Amino acid sequence: MDRMKLSGRTKFILTTLFVLFMGFILFAAQENLNSYILRIISLIGIFGIMAVSLNLINGITGIFSLGHAGFMAIGAYVSSLLTMPLAQKEMTFILEKVSFPFNTELFSSCPFIFATLAGGVIAAFAAFVIGWPTLRLAGDYLAITTLGFSEIIRIFAVNATGVTNGAMGLKGIPPYTDVWWSWGWLLITILIIGSLIKSSYGRALKAIREDKTAAESMGINVFKHQLTSFVVGGFFAGVAGSLYAHWLTTIDPKPSTLGIMLTFNALIMIVLGGLGSISGAVLGAGMFAFFSEWLRFVESDINIFGFHFEGISGMRMLVFSGLFIIVMIFWPKGLMGRNEITWDGVYKTICKIKKLTKTGEKRLGISGEREGEEL
Amino acid sequence: MKTELIIQNFFNGMSLGSLYALIAVGYTMVYGILRLINFAHGDVFMMGVYFAFYFATLAHMPWWLAFVMAVFGAALLGFLIDRIAYKPLRKAPRISALITAIGMSFLLENLAVVLFSGVPKSFRNVYPDFFNQMIIIGGHTELKRGREVIVDALRIPNVSVVTLIVTAVALFVLWFILYRTRVGMAMRAIAMDIQAVALMGININLVIGFTFALGSALAAIGGIFWAMRYPQIWPYMGFMPGLKAFVAAVIGGIGSVQGAVMGGLLLGILEVMLVGFFPQTAGYRDAFAFFILIVLLMFKPSGMFGKPEIVKV
Repeated sequence: MDRMKLSGRTKFILTTLFVLFMGFILFAAQENLNSYILRIISLIGIFGIMAVSLNLINGITGIFSLGHAGFMAIGAYVSSLLTMPLAQKEMTFILEKVSFPFNTELFSSCPFIFATLAGGVIAAFAAFVIGWPTLRLAGDYLAITTLGFSEIIRIFAVNATGVTNGAMGLKGIPPYTDVWWSWGWLLITILIIGSLIKSSYGRALKAIREDKTAAESMGINVFKHQLTSFVVGGFFAGVAGSLYAHWLTTIDPKPSTLGIMLTFNALIMIVLGGLGSISGAVLGAGMFAFFSEWLRFVESDINIFGFHFEGISGMRMLVFSGLFIIVMIFWPKGLMGRNEITWDGVYKTICKIKKLTKTGEKRLGISGEREGEEL
Repeated sequence: MKTELIIQNFFNGMSLGSLYALIAVGYTMVYGILRLINFAHGDVFMMGVYFAFYFATLAHMPWWLAFVMAVFGAALLGFLIDRIAYKPLRKAPRISALITAIGMSFLLENLAVVLFSGVPKSFRNVYPDFFNQMIIIGGHTELKRGREVIVDALRIPNVSVVTLIVTAVALFVLWFILYRTRVGMAMRAIAMDIQAVALMGININLVIGFTFALGSALAAIGGIFWAMRYPQIWPYMGFMPGLKAFVAAVIGGIGSVQGAVMGGLLLGILEVMLVGFFPQTAGYRDAFAFFILIVLLMFKPSGMFGKPEIVKV
């Protein structure tokens, strides 16, 4: 069945074309749609980075980390402190003067790309420091320690008033994040994490996920691989945090802004999309962003047959968490399972459809597009 | 540091620690049986407090009846959580159950926001003023600004004493159920080998449900006393105590009930001592528990009383 396979060159051309096509769609969207929808589109990109990086840690390597919000918070704070103008910092920091080095001209009003990279690098460094002691622990302990670490980071953000302005948070962060920044970074994230997964390195990570002991006996340095995956995931979480901060323009250390909620949301995305699938993570992120906006109607006032129901705030998240449990119980593999959307898969589907129309068969398998990933 | 203050802090830490212990026991029992971190446990704790609050204010029950009813309500809630969310996933991979537990916690918090609103409520007028009064031992009177005040005395709030007594009674009841009844024997047997117990003709799901109910009842007791210590109640109040109680369970060695109690007391005392001796670190008290956890796990990965897990290939 080698007719079902495409050559590497064709795939490369197709991918380039697809990226250009997406770029064109984004361009058209920016020209025609209103700013509210554009903000949602940027948010999908940010959520995508969040989900893909968490998926590398949780889905591919099988480390059950709940510390994603912590890395995002680090990225958000570092990059915001770098991009904020000095005058804005002096206005924001009322409780205590902003401390060195952020009180200098050099560390203010930095270019966005530099600030985002710095946020990512420092988040990656934090992931290294956190991963070093905790990755020696077994699964469940690891989940709780990483959750604890993200909470510690948040507590530091509340207390270290000189750097983070405490519970007041940072205000007036320049609104740099637009469609191009968020989807551009998403593209970079997918390219880097995707090629990491496809390499021998990624196969080692999957082997660790399936059976740690077996992987170890095959000569894979489990700890080193896990740590690398954790650090790469942490880097992109930091990048997502930076983009998120410049999307929100106001950040504070509340659990709902840069705390545990963010980890939960990212977890919902990757579970919806399918643990262990990059395309699933992106789809999950898109679905999450779409539904959380669309479900706003359950919070607004409703009139049914003359009865007036007042909107209840918080209903949206209740519906979400209910759906989440239902998906987990009845559909634990999520949308994609561990499969990816690949060009081979698309080609196979097209071939099948052609064949079916030729022979006149009516039965169309919808699962054709989901190609098993090449292990 | 004066001796009175040390004793006072120690007492305070014991009473905080016994609350951690009450919550930690629920975590450790469920983990012992299902190997599942029941993330929703902290939210059952919160629900228990809200039950007590509404039984006392809306249903106008006397406070003691409201508290007892709230404990039963929480037990029922724990049983239902197991039936609805965890029972369908008994055969699923452990990670699915863990994610569902996180979802359950999320669901309960949001349910509380919708039902009880996210605005904090005061628990103060629910319980009698007796609990806020202090036991004053020793000391001498001095004149300060024209008024006689007692200085250098040992001051212990009544609620701390009552907490310790109630915890002791609750843990005794737990011990009795675990070691002197048939259902307790079934629980211990399931922790050893779930399949063998099923083959003996024991209704596993009922026993697991009972474990959840028992753990949730203890969490609700802890929650009510927690709300007397810190009388502001809100839907996310269960998150931090739940997390720290889990840390306590891990410190003691997860799966071991004695370990959970010891871990809870240790954590409570260390935390209060830290804040008592170094008041400038008060903001970091929540971070301290995790710091202890990580240091301990580096040297003793299965906790103080836990058995090390052996992986067979």
